[in-house]
Amino acid sequence: MTSQPAPAVEIRGVTKVFNPAGANEVLALDNIDLNVAAGDFVTLIGPSGCGKSTLLRLVAALVESTEGNVLVNGKTADQARLDRDYSMVFQRAGLFDWRNVSRNIELPLELMGWKAADRHRRSAEMLELVKLNEFADHHPSELSGGMAQRVAIARAMSFRPALLLMDEPFGALDEMTREHMQNELLRIWSETETTVIFVTHSISEAVFLSTRVVVMSPRPGRIAAVIDNELGTRDDSARDTPQFFANVSAVRKVLRAGEPR
Amino acid sequence: MSLNRLRGSLRQVLVFSLFVILLMAGYSAYKAFGQSVDDAQTDWAVIGSILPRTDDLTMPSVFEIISGIFAEPRGVNEAFGSIVVREAAFTLREAAVGFAVGVIVGLSIAIVLSSSRLLERALVPHVIASQTIPLIAIAPIVVIWGRKNLDFLPWEWHDWMSVSLIATYLTFFPVAINGLRGLHSPSSEALELMDSYAARRGQTLWRLRLPASLPYLFSAFKIAATASVVGAIVGEISAGVTGGLGRRILLEAQRYTTGPERLYVAVLFAAALGIFVFLTISLVEYSLVRRKGTEAVL
Ligand SMILES: Nc1ncnc2c1ncn2[C@@H]1O[C@H](COP(=O)(O)OP(=O)(O)O)[C@@H](O)[C@H]1O
Ligand SMILES: [Mg+2]
Repeated sequence: MTSQPAPAVEIRGVTKVFNPAGANEVLALDNIDLNVAAGDFVTLIGPSGCGKSTLLRLVAALVESTEGNVLVNGKTADQARLDRDYSMVFQRAGLFDWRNVSRNIELPLELMGWKAADRHRRSAEMLELVKLNEFADHHPSELSGGMAQRVAIARAMSFRPALLLMDEPFGALDEMTREHMQNELLRIWSETETTVIFVTHSISEAVFLSTRVVVMSPRPGRIAAVIDNELGTRDDSARDTPQFFANVSAVRKVLRAGEPR
Repeated sequence: MSLNRLRGSLRQVLVFSLFVILLMAGYSAYKAFGQSVDDAQTDWAVIGSILPRTDDLTMPSVFEIISGIFAEPRGVNEAFGSIVVREAAFTLREAAVGFAVGVIVGLSIAIVLSSSRLLERALVPHVIASQTIPLIAIAPIVVIWGRKNLDFLPWEWHDWMSVSLIATYLTFFPVAINGLRGLHSPSSEALELMDSYAARRGQTLWRLRLPASLPYLFSAFKIAATASVVGAIVGEISAGVTGGLGRRILLEAQRYTTGPERLYVAVLFAAALGIFVFLTISLVEYSLVRRKGTEAVL
């Protein structure tokens, strides 16, 4: 109804200092402003230590900002956490090895007090979504890295959060698996209309996946540029288009500009 | 898979049997050697001073010890082994109750201490200090205290329950210490994951911290189970409680000269009881815990 939908995430003047006034004080983020619209796929890219994870964890209310505020769906980040408005995926799948695949997917549903029958139905749907139907009863130790990460994504999406926060989720995977996972993630993203904030340090991954690329620079962590990333089609074929290569160069240029000479 | 497991346990049984046979052979060989030295009238001073004497009173032969299991003591119409088994069951009850209470107390301490770093730093030294009080010193106190002060309980207090309390004193400790380590063992990522789902403390405890603790807890349970048998036996002896293995060992030690093999039998049964509880815990662990790299040691 309103012409301008409320942003899914609003970051206003956020500064984060670790160990303030201590000997090892770190200015991890310096005066960050960023809006993420509902349905966006935003990647955060930058050299390691530039505060990507910290920014993501601020949105998740896992760390508190020193200054400024973070709004998720118009609420404080912590209220959004309590309301289960988002879900996280880490670099390590972090499955519980005493639970089989389905029960890992059902974990957040259990925490939310879902009935067993509903949980089972949903975990079956999620297994369908990540194409791991036959692995419902397997244990995490029996899965490959890519499969484990798909289970982690299924777990994160199980209660259909509006926002998905992913911290280098494919960072530990080999190139082939990684591209496959990227394709799958795009498919899931378009099927579920979830808003995604995705941390990576791979330029091609950022360009292939996102609608907007946020380039960050280190010491102190700042946003160097926000690049709108139009690719036309959003599937595997986009990887070979001139537009893709042009956008990769554009991101690389901004990243290079931020490097110390 | 299960065939492999079966083969594995078969091998363990075989290795253990071999070990027992070697032990008996070594014992007999030493005894034979000592006696040959004696017979030769050589003054080989090591045996009898540093090493134990080898006469039949100090070291009854393996055959005598085994016969001692089946022999009926004078004036009794029951094999000695069967009497000792009954007494072992009495001691096992003390130990089992002591173990169970120790696990509950130890786990409670671990859960409370894991909830706050401050509490942990303040109280862990006291938990450790508790173990420096010698068991023999507290045993009689516990029995007297139990007889005099626990009459308000809805059930009748027996002396064996005091012995259980003494066993608890030994068992809660490894459970508390290893449990604490187990509860702290989840990675910060796993804890953040639970936080991101807005899990309550109790949910994180039940669904993450406790399951992650199981390997740590079971290695504590194995130590605690054997310790509970030791605690029960020592508790019986020093508190003068009758009916169990501790009392039997004390009695046979007092009338050693008239039947040394009986003391050996009693001690062997005590050892067997320790092995039995250890294996029982291992079996439960085997069926519950999915091993994957996580190995806990105290
Ligand atoms: N819990 C913490 N305590 C102290 N310093 C931290 C903590 N987390 C991150 N930092 C520091 O903040 C900076 C940004 O870290 P991070 O957000 O992890 O970077 P990135 O994810 O981009 O590699 C780094 O200098 C890091 O050392
Ligand atoms: Mg990071």
